[in-house]
Amino acid sequence: MNLAYFLILFPLLPAVLLLLTKNYHLQKWIVVISSAIIAAASIVFAIQHLHAGGEYINIISTTPNILVTIGDILLALTFLFVCRKLPLKRYWIPLLVVIQYGAVIFYELVGKIPETTHYLYVDSLSAVMALVIGIVGTLIAIYTVGYMKHYHHEHPEIKNRSNQFIAAIFLFFFAMFGIVFSNSVTWIYFFWEITTLCSFIMISYSQSEEAIHNAFRALWMLLIGGLAFAFAIMILADKTGTIELQKIMMMKQSIVLLPVLLLCFAGMNKAALYPFGNWLLGAMVAPTPSSALLHSSTMVKAGVYLVLRCSPILQNTAAGGMVALIGGLSFVAASALAISQTDAKKILAYSTIANLGLIVLCAGIGTAFTLWAAVLIIIFHAVAKALMFLAVGVVQQQTGSRDIEDMEGLIAKMPLVTITMLIGIAGMFLAPFGMLISKWAVIEALTIRNPIFPTIVIFGGSLMLFFWTKWMGKIIVVKQRQHGFEKGIGIEWIALIGLSLLTILTCVCYPLIGKYALVPLYGPTPMLSYGVEITILTMLALMLLPPVIMLMRHKHLVFVPPYLSGINVTDPAQFRGSFGAPEAWSFRNYYINKFFGETILTKWTITFSLVLMILMFFVRSF
Amino acid sequence: MHWIIWCILGIILTPFLGGLIAGVDRVVTARMQRRVGPPFLQPFYDVLKLFGKEKLVVNRFHGDFVLCSLIFTVASVGLFFAGQNLLITIFALIVGNVFLVLAGYCSNSPYSMLGAERELLQMLSAEPMILLSAVGLFMVTQSFDIATIITSGKCLICYLPGVFIALIYVLTIKLRKSPFDLSTSHHAHQELVKGISTEFAGPSLAWFEVIHWYETIFLLALLYLFFASTPILGVIAILFVYFLEILIDNINARVKWELMLGSAWVVTLVLGLGNLMLLYGIQHI
Repeated sequence: MNLAYFLILFPLLPAVLLLLTKNYHLQKWIVVISSAIIAAASIVFAIQHLHAGGEYINIISTTPNILVTIGDILLALTFLFVCRKLPLKRYWIPLLVVIQYGAVIFYELVGKIPETTHYLYVDSLSAVMALVIGIVGTLIAIYTVGYMKHYHHEHPEIKNRSNQFIAAIFLFFFAMFGIVFSNSVTWIYFFWEITTLCSFIMISYSQSEEAIHNAFRALWMLLIGGLAFAFAIMILADKTGTIELQKIMMMKQSIVLLPVLLLCFAGMNKAALYPFGNWLLGAMVAPTPSSALLHSSTMVKAGVYLVLRCSPILQNTAAGGMVALIGGLSFVAASALAISQTDAKKILAYSTIANLGLIVLCAGIGTAFTLWAAVLIIIFHAVAKALMFLAVGVVQQQTGSRDIEDMEGLIAKMPLVTITMLIGIAGMFLAPFGMLISKWAVIEALTIRNPIFPTIVIFGGSLMLFFWTKWMGKIIVVKQRQHGFEKGIGIEWIALIGLSLLTILTCVCYPLIGKYALVPLYGPTPMLSYGVEITILTMLALMLLPPVIMLMRHKHLVFVPPYLSGINVTDPAQFRGSFGAPEAWSFRNYYINKFFGETILTKWTITFSLVLMILMFFVRSF
Repeated sequence: MHWIIWCILGIILTPFLGGLIAGVDRVVTARMQRRVGPPFLQPFYDVLKLFGKEKLVVNRFHGDFVLCSLIFTVASVGLFFAGQNLLITIFALIVGNVFLVLAGYCSNSPYSMLGAERELLQMLSAEPMILLSAVGLFMVTQSFDIATIITSGKCLICYLPGVFIALIYVLTIKLRKSPFDLSTSHHAHQELVKGISTEFAGPSLAWFEVIHWYETIFLLALLYLFFASTPILGVIAILFVYFLEILIDNINARVKWELMLGSAWVVTLVLGLGNLMLLYGIQHI
């Protein structure tokens, strides 16, 4: 039996088991063991498929197809059940469900969906995605067990349904593996909507008013994407006579451009690009692991994965250019918006939108080199972003705040967590770590095209540099050492340390990833040339020096208090002013709200992106 | 293997050249202000004296960040002279700058932290244009490799005059010269005490100066690339540009950061991107 089946189906087992038990230790072992199995299976799967070309997995029996139809019906009913408490004036949310599922289920039952046996397709891209889900995702799952225990300890008012929460995570894996292995568009749609449902369950977890409000906002925004998906399925079934993604990508651009654009629309919607960025920002009310999951390995990555799959059709079309521009706009705007934020999770959310924008920008251009860069960003971003969310989650639980300003001097309170955080941040923007390698590749790849695209990347990248460095600076302010803040972090360490190592490892192994995963997909690229590899290795070797220098003992140091423009008193946070009395001083970062504030930028960004989306559908005839 | 020789030569000779330029800078500035000024070698005397001083530090990590900054700045110059990829050399320079900013932050001194934050603003203002100039050089020579760019034999300045002028504009920001000396200043009139370098003393201040020399040479070398086909003209152009920087430094008062950021981006978009779009248009007609 092919491992693809196993990877899709196996996560259902722990999901069901978890629903049955409320015992913490039992939950822990179920999660750890099944995570290990999934991770191991995804690694074996990747070894089997990374260097090989694409391969169809035939399914002769019609049973799975019938199951998917039944699944669609159940999902539709579940969505309607979820909407039962909504006030009547929000009738359009269930209406969205009824229209899309009405159409899709009708097509399925009547038999209008073209027959195929190639329901599954696996190639290097699926293998890379499987690795990301199977390793990063399961590390998050392990972290969740420890996190939820603390969470309910801190919030006794919230009913403990952590088993359901973790079960939803495994259901998520089921859906994600389904999406990346499926070749049939109807199957992808089925799994697609499961991820929507799972994120709804996670966002609304605390059942507070804000959580439910944000969960419904996410639901309706994502259902719009689902609606586009349903339209795409209908058009494909009626016009092209095939629902196989691979076949569609080999057809003539003029025939399939509209359904492919609809799929891209759904993908960008799931990837929370503007104008849909707000659902991801609202999703922050959920417990932190779910943010980590939504932002790094699952959900949004499903969105960009689909856009990447669609890129062969987008290449060299005006519509593809529009897709690229929407991505570029999201990249620059979200990076700018992140500067104005003090809430760590919100900064992370904006940076996710920005990075996904960059991936979509690459996919919209669609040359081999840009796609190559895009897949690299997917890998690096998944690892580093998961690490950042988990570290922020731990900091919030241990210090009671996730505000960047409160993190001043974190290194003196929680040195180990801070170091993982520094690795995560460095992985997000600093040379020679992952994201920078990919950004470099992007600039190289885009420069061959119109200079407007590299300019977008350069400006977005500079904005990113600004907010990451000031965060980094804030946490490394050296203050008096405070003990005891790292006590009580248990199973979470596995995820934190594992992801830190992965961040470094993916960077060191980048030529291997490039050679074995991406060359079979997109062919050789200039980024794998000898000179470039030597340069990156040199930089990596140099990066070993800072920790060594920091650990060395220095001789003959004379310690002095910082200059405060007055007489220092024993407390370094105070100085004696001109009137002789001790005065306190404090320092806050720049947030530049008058340029990059949400009130200014958000509405413009949404307006522009809406215009671009409309243009995307209109210019397709060019 | 002669790129290794170039790399080592660049790394060894740069501080001497950089220090000399700093000396000339001080003498010319003094003459502009009707002073005699120090001897040409004064920067070397200063730095050597600083190395001999006591290591006054606010905490034990403070000096380490300066050293890290030095490593990556030197690496960027080394990669540049080795003729490697222009983008990665710029990124290495950025890493060096980031470590300098972190040094400012780690001191837990308000003046130093504010200086660090302003240094970040200076980077935000200048970085886009510097990277964009690399894009411009690629558009003409079809390569990011510095070795290829130098040997291309094309009159790069003829294709990229706008990019060159915009680069001169942000050069003032990178060299921290008035009116854009926000994070720290060579002049005594700094409202932030000494900004990011407030807490540097003794050897770490000496390293800070050396980093600045390396950075100066890197930027001037970047300007030289535009004249790579005619070396003599290139040297003259660099000398002229540096003289212009000294002049600008002496006749301007410090501006607010809003003006720096806004004007730098406008210049980048209008002159830099405008030049590139025009070039793109000509190439694709």
